[in-house]
Amino acid sequence: MPPAVTANGNGVDESRLAVLRGHYSYASISDKISDIVLTRPMHWGFYAGLAFCTALTVLFVVAIVYLFVTGVGIWGVDIPVAWAFAITNFVWWVGIGHAGTFISAFLLLLRQKWRTSVNRFAEAMTIFAVAMAGLMPILHLGRPWFFYWLIPYPNIMNVWPQWRSPLVWDIFAIGTYIVVSILFWYMGLIPDLATLRDRSDRRVKQVVYGLFALGWRGEARQWRRFDTAYLLLAGLATPLVISVHSVVSLDFSIGNTPGWHSTIFPPYFVAGALFSGFAMALTISIPLRAVFGLKDFITARHLDNIAKVMLVCGLLVAYSYLIEIFMAFYSGDSFEKYVVLNRMSGPYAPIYWTVVLCNVVVPQAMWVKRVRLSTLTLFAISIVVNVGMWLERFMIIVTSLHRDFLPSSWDVYYPTFWDWATLAGSLGAFGWLFLMFVRFLPAISISEMRKLALEKRRGEA
Amino acid sequence: MSEADGIYGLLAEFKDADALVDATSRATAAGYRKVDAYAPFSVPGLADALGFRRDRVALITLLGGIAGGVGIYFLQWYSAVVDYPINSGGRPLHSWPAFIPPTFECTVLGAALAAFAGFLILCGLPKLHHPIFNARDFDLATRNRFFLCVEAADPRFDRADTQRFLESLEPLHVTEVPSS
Repeated sequence: MPPAVTANGNGVDESRLAVLRGHYSYASISDKISDIVLTRPMHWGFYAGLAFCTALTVLFVVAIVYLFVTGVGIWGVDIPVAWAFAITNFVWWVGIGHAGTFISAFLLLLRQKWRTSVNRFAEAMTIFAVAMAGLMPILHLGRPWFFYWLIPYPNIMNVWPQWRSPLVWDIFAIGTYIVVSILFWYMGLIPDLATLRDRSDRRVKQVVYGLFALGWRGEARQWRRFDTAYLLLAGLATPLVISVHSVVSLDFSIGNTPGWHSTIFPPYFVAGALFSGFAMALTISIPLRAVFGLKDFITARHLDNIAKVMLVCGLLVAYSYLIEIFMAFYSGDSFEKYVVLNRMSGPYAPIYWTVVLCNVVVPQAMWVKRVRLSTLTLFAISIVVNVGMWLERFMIIVTSLHRDFLPSSWDVYYPTFWDWATLAGSLGAFGWLFLMFVRFLPAISISEMRKLALEKRRGEA
Repeated sequence: MSEADGIYGLLAEFKDADALVDATSRATAAGYRKVDAYAPFSVPGLADALGFRRDRVALITLLGGIAGGVGIYFLQWYSAVVDYPINSGGRPLHSWPAFIPPTFECTVLGAALAAFAGFLILCGLPKLHHPIFNARDFDLATRNRFFLCVEAADPRFDRADTQRFLESLEPLHVTEVPSS
């Protein structure tokens, strides 16, 4: 645990930087978090958000039904740009999941105390983001009802998946990622579900929470096995942070398209994934702590730390941009050089420069401590980075495709209404799932917060 | 249970974690074997006080990981070399580098599933009914209270002696746990 940040003459209130603020007992922690689910009436902001997300979710469903009835022709995709919004959304959503896994698994292994109050909702963010991501390639399949052909199983067609294809690696990577994320999340939830079971006064809630709590008693041997299994799951989830987006990047870099065929792609994609994921963690946690009165649990310290991680990831992303340009010219390959020049000055140049502005220039503001401690500024930066990272994925995918080796097949891609509807709809569905999670499950790990209170009392936190 | 019919055990309630760890150590030192300690969070040192050290979850996880990795590698080799050999761009049928990503992923998947399943099976979960839930105020075990239970099945259990022993540990109070 690093020492608490000291006020260094810029007038920062020291107590805001504690991991857990105020004087909480085990009971008040339990009650404060579980009451959000059990008794407290919802804030108007919750209902406003729910109405907005529900509307977008309906749009998503309409877009999907229309797509299934008509086909991918309703989107702007065509040869040469056969991958556009759906794949951009896929890469972006998978990346957002990575911050959740990083917070919950990697920081657990590093014994970072600030992880405790943000891990639960960060894991939920991961699961819902990966769910949105998983939908996208299936929507893009053309014949989505055959998506299971990627899964190896003995079948009457007597064929097996092509193991040398990164698209087959992809389904293993994403499938493993979502299963492990759900296991990790659910396992952490079991003791808290038992708390909800024991504290709810309505029979229906007792039964439902009780069923999902699996009869957890909090017995010491159970806790010991819980700790071991939870630590092992963290250890297993940590390499997934690296591997999942690496495999996603191989979907591109294994192909010989200029602008894709590059060995820097796996680390480049992972850095971008963490960058956008931590931005999304800020976008979610800032309204969450305000609407549900959780500012003592999710403190300025958490936002400050997330901003610092974002800053580092942003620098890695900026470095990748530079190396990409350098390698294009160093390779001497005229197609690679052209892709870089075309990105900077071709039809998609405004997107390229917006990406640079959003992902390289604006995040530098986070060097300043006052910025990192200003909730509103951080929220604004997080939105800018989210947009920038989505555009970056779009830039990588579309600018590489729209002008490749043969000038006679060059074309420009324009999104249609249904492209936008799919993107907006997936955002809405993600938000809807997240609001349902906050409504029905404890958004902060209650049992871990109790342990934090014990450690704080002993003077360790 | 024949000794004190209708009683699962005696339950002492404590206010904080250190008191429970201390009481648990003293109960095991006094020769009680069927002792359970209940806490609302993972209290450091509590399982050790019960003399519980080897939880075996790690071994199960390792076996699950090996099964997942070996299984998928075998499936890839069998399907690509034996059952459905296809010349893909002149690459060897047994092109092992391309088989590594699924092997890695399935190793992690197998290990994670085994860790979770092993945790549940070793804990005896799911088990929705347990006599301890009959005890008064036991719902506080998931909120802010710490409990020590000496089961009636313990060979040293004696209704009056054990009650006196538990009261000597200075709990908030001692109650009976009805067995049904």
